[in-house]
Amino acid sequence: MSASSGTALASAFPQRTPQTGFASRLVQGRQKYLISAVCVALSTVMLLPLVASVLASLKSTQEAAAVPPTYFPHSLSIDSYERLWNYQAGLPTYFSNSLGAALLTILFCLALTVPAGYGLAKFRIPGKEALFVVLLLGLIVPYQALLTPMFFFFVQLNLHNSLLGLAIIHTAIQLPFSIYVMRNAFEAVPRELEEAAIMDGCNSFEVLLHICLPAVVPAMITVSLFAFITSWNELLAALVIMNKDSSFTLPLILTAARQQTSIGGTDWGMLQAGITISIIPCMAFYLLLQKYYMAGFLSGAVK
Amino acid sequence: MHTGASKYIGLLYVTPALAFVLVFTAYPLGQMVWMSLHNWSLIAPKKYVGAGNFIKAWNDPQFWTSLEFTLKYTALITPILMISGYLIALLTAENRPLRQITRSIVFAPVVIGLGASSLLWYWLFSYDFGLINRVLIDVGVIAKPIVWFGADADRSMWAVVVSIVWKVLGFGTILFVAAIHAVPGEIGEAAMVDGASYWQRVRLITLPLTAKTILLVTLVSVIGSLLAFDQFYIMTAGQPRNLTSTSVFLIYLNSFPYRKLGYGAALSLILAGVILVCTVLQMLTSRRSHA
Repeated sequence: MSASSGTALASAFPQRTPQTGFASRLVQGRQKYLISAVCVALSTVMLLPLVASVLASLKSTQEAAAVPPTYFPHSLSIDSYERLWNYQAGLPTYFSNSLGAALLTILFCLALTVPAGYGLAKFRIPGKEALFVVLLLGLIVPYQALLTPMFFFFVQLNLHNSLLGLAIIHTAIQLPFSIYVMRNAFEAVPRELEEAAIMDGCNSFEVLLHICLPAVVPAMITVSLFAFITSWNELLAALVIMNKDSSFTLPLILTAARQQTSIGGTDWGMLQAGITISIIPCMAFYLLLQKYYMAGFLSGAVK
Repeated sequence: MHTGASKYIGLLYVTPALAFVLVFTAYPLGQMVWMSLHNWSLIAPKKYVGAGNFIKAWNDPQFWTSLEFTLKYTALITPILMISGYLIALLTAENRPLRQITRSIVFAPVVIGLGASSLLWYWLFSYDFGLINRVLIDVGVIAKPIVWFGADADRSMWAVVVSIVWKVLGFGTILFVAAIHAVPGEIGEAAMVDGASYWQRVRLITLPLTAKTILLVTLVSVIGSLLAFDQFYIMTAGQPRNLTSTSVFLIYLNSFPYRKLGYGAALSLILAGVILVCTVLQMLTSRRSHA
């Protein structure tokens, strides 16, 4: 996977050379329709759960609680969204908690890995190999295993129940990937540019700021995008360190809402509204920034 | 490039990230080892117990139940994900509009949260309110709704497997497509001239030339499955009788609701050891691919 990038997806797959003979052409024609049919069927199956969830979120309060469930809403209503808006501390609180943790995670990832990538790519550092392994420690030890000591540590630092604490854990999760992406991006910046700038009397920080930084913007977008998606969706760390209702993130409050069976059972309509709300930013960023998503995914996902 | 004192300048740029890793990854790692040797709770004073927590794990039936369940889940879902992911990659590898759209749609669930997708499938599989029972009854497969979660461990696991296959299928597919694109076109064309059929070309050319990617994706997938938590926490809550509590779930239960932090740390250390073996294999594989 070493040389793969976003462009690999767009590269032309070898086209079939036309075979001769009527029979084989007929088989090929049939195959083409078969492949198209399978593609359409597959896409439908993959989309159905998402469509079902969005439709269910638009059912009226009574219809959302109907047994057996209806396939399509008889009438569209935003009741479920209204109930979600007012649920416990209110959707705005949970939404801004999730957003706050995600933005802090992006900020920390960039602040730490842009200089680190620059240092690793452009300087001779004694013991660089060992240093790189230490920086990638998070790949070797899964954060799920570190949460027990982290929780104790965060209680001592008074970082539990705080977005800052959650963002620190999310940054720790994302750091190895981000360092890897940033180092590769800085390595790809041509040396001639920097040398010319040094001749003109720029120091290393000025080289970073004026020469390298503009060239690594795509990598910074990739790092930010992945930091956002990780933080926005993460459940376990939030579950562990956030135990005050008002500091819950979106996945946390939805999980809590699922369990609330005491008064009239789970509010399925509201749950689907919450799922829809939490999916929208991920889908929007995926569709808007697909190029950066694929670049990061193909270069870092399996390393 | 930079000479003289520059090696310290380089170190200066790396220092913030290094400090972060030392404080928020290396220190907790050391702390975890320390905690695993103690009876440790937030309330009572900690007491040194040596290997006591590890012996406790060895004798804890729930430890083995969770480990066995996690391995079983991993062993079942990995081949499904790899084989169907590869077949879909073969199906959609050509860059034609319909296939590219299909690829994007298959990948879409990968970007949404595991929590959100688990809640979505929890609803779809719900006894009274779920569309899956409704569809199965309407097409006549079953006469009465099925209790998917909580009654039978195997049935619960299969329902979770369905939801996770939907969620992460695109992960392997996209990486396989990239690997298939990297296979030089001339080899396939030469084989075609020699009269090789499509499946012969797949078996003799595409599969061997993408084997490294298959191995890497398999390892990443195995690690992900061994660390499964969200889907079981949300969909089965470990029920029935903690038979569907995965290893991470067991760590969570012991460390947090039960507040047995020392025991939780020991379980974490054991899990970290298992994952380490997989990670080392993964790194060796990806290093070899550079040579």
